[in-house]
Amino acid sequence: MREEIIVRVGAKILAPFIITFALYVHFHGDYSPGGGFQAGVILAAAFALLALVYGLDEVQRVLPPRFVRGCAALGVLIFAGAGVATMALGHGYLAYNAFAYDPAHPEGGQHYGILLVELGVLVTVFGVMVSVFYLFAGRGRREDPQ
Amino acid sequence: MISEHLPILQVVIPLLAAPLCIFLRGRAAWGLAALASGSALAISLALLGRVLSTGAISYALGDWAPPVGIEYRVDAVNAWVLVIVSTIGAVVGPYALLSVEREIEARRIPLFYAAWLLCLSGLLGMAVTGDVFNVFVFLEISSLSAYALIALGRDRRALTSAFRYLVMGSVGATFIVIGIGLLYSMTGSLNMADLSELLPGVWDTRTVRVAYGFLAVGFCLKLALFPLHLWLPNAYTFAPSAVTAFMASTATKVAVYMLLRFFLTVFGAAFSFDVMRLDLVLLPLALAAIVSMSLVAIFQENVKRLLAYSSVAQIGYMILGLSFASATGLTATLLHLFNHALMKGALFMALGCVMYRIGSVRIEAMAGLGRRMPITMAAFVAGGLSLVGVPLTVGFVSKWYLIVGALERGWWPVAALVLLTSAMALVYVWRVVEAAYFRQASAGARRSGEAPWSLLAPTWALVLLNLYFGIDAMRTAEVARVAAELLLAGTGR
Repeated sequence: MREEIIVRVGAKILAPFIITFALYVHFHGDYSPGGGFQAGVILAAAFALLALVYGLDEVQRVLPPRFVRGCAALGVLIFAGAGVATMALGHGYLAYNAFAYDPAHPEGGQHYGILLVELGVLVTVFGVMVSVFYLFAGRGRREDPQ
Repeated sequence: MISEHLPILQVVIPLLAAPLCIFLRGRAAWGLAALASGSALAISLALLGRVLSTGAISYALGDWAPPVGIEYRVDAVNAWVLVIVSTIGAVVGPYALLSVEREIEARRIPLFYAAWLLCLSGLLGMAVTGDVFNVFVFLEISSLSAYALIALGRDRRALTSAFRYLVMGSVGATFIVIGIGLLYSMTGSLNMADLSELLPGVWDTRTVRVAYGFLAVGFCLKLALFPLHLWLPNAYTFAPSAVTAFMASTATKVAVYMLLRFFLTVFGAAFSFDVMRLDLVLLPLALAAIVSMSLVAIFQENVKRLLAYSSVAQIGYMILGLSFASATGLTATLLHLFNHALMKGALFMALGCVMYRIGSVRIEAMAGLGRRMPITMAAFVAGGLSLVGVPLTVGFVSKWYLIVGALERGWWPVAALVLLTSAMALVYVWRVVEAAYFRQASAGARRSGEAPWSLLAPTWALVLLNLYFGIDAMRTAEVARVAAELLLAGTGR
């Protein structure tokens, strides 16, 4: 597909919109269908599309496998760390009220808390999805998939 | 302030350390894993102490009050299980350093410790939570990481045995989640204490009974009750030594705990024993497991596999205690959870030392090892005596309670069978001892020296615990008794 100009330009145009849509799905996840998991999959799909059209090596120059694996770990840290942060603020584990900006309405913190943990989900799902894609796409190319 | 958060910290510390391991290298990852396992032990001991003095602790996640929110609820039963899991984690943690460096490629070591810590946090999570869906989530965390850990074994057969475990384990997990789903559809609740109050109203529905069946099969698969044990021998045989020592002493124990928790606390002892006759279902399976698996163990040539089959037989003892449907029987079950973790941990760790030095754990390869590795083999003998149930070891204490439980019910043939199978354990332990002490050394054994102290020290720590709690069983028996009474009484709320 590397020689098909329409496919190449089409993928290049689509990719930023797919990434934006992933962020849209994430930031609306707390009060409409969507959330971190779906957003992570959509985000990974953007890079899978680019890899299909431009080749795996091009995409791995932007997203090295080590970085992707780091993302998978970082997301868990964000999620679990959000809970530790609420504990440090004197609340229970994952008690998002701790994030409230207005003490009169502690439930406002729930929005931020959900967005934060969903961000963790997004990063992990993105990392795992791209890693899985790399492993399958890279099969038979090299001895070492790392 | 920290102390009120102990139930969640029990899970979160290993859970946070796991992804951090990925960013570290080699020994740093090991250091973090060992530190996290050690702190988990400190937390679980603190929890057990508090629970025994002040009663159950409840922790509401996210400040959402139970039964709507997820509740972590620690009472004498699961505090006991937490102590078992974290003790083994804290002992095998330091042991893992050299054993893992020898058996696993360097670039995979940080990933190994990440999976290790995930497995630990999953097992601790299953034990600490009071929410049935949370149980399923932690079950998957611990199982998925366990499959990865087993697949890291040096032998290529580790891959197929991990895959077989994955298939069987997923079937078990699916059965469990179907059971939980059916319970939720009947009661609208996922909180264990809440379920135990709501379920008596719907006892007589087919849905609840089907849920009971699904949960029974699911948990029996996870705890490897005969004849659902087929995944276990290969998984234990081909896993890395440290993984075998850890998994054999923790994973099936937590599954036994889940079985007790669901059938005695959530459904209630009355429903399980009087309506569903769980005791009559489990009794023949437990006896079949004990006899057939002890027999199979006698004919194994690979000592790791021999001990794996013996583990299935020992799980039979635990389930046998449950099938007595009495406080003494349950005390025996709960005691044996701890005691079996100590003895199998010590035995598998001694085998890990042998693996480290001579690269094989087949009986013929271990010939003459008693002179070359005297400290390692002494640990093996002590662990073996405990497995047989010789007085002054923990094995004797569990068997004592088991036989008393059997006699209380008037089932003297069962008591005789327990004694007979102890003799069978003597046979398979003796085969190893005979090879190690009374045969000419093999070529590999002649070259080898004693294992390094960083492997021997944790192994002997467990051996000494075997002896200590075998001599002074008051403390363990008391906790097990309190926990057994709590299980039979229901939630204790």
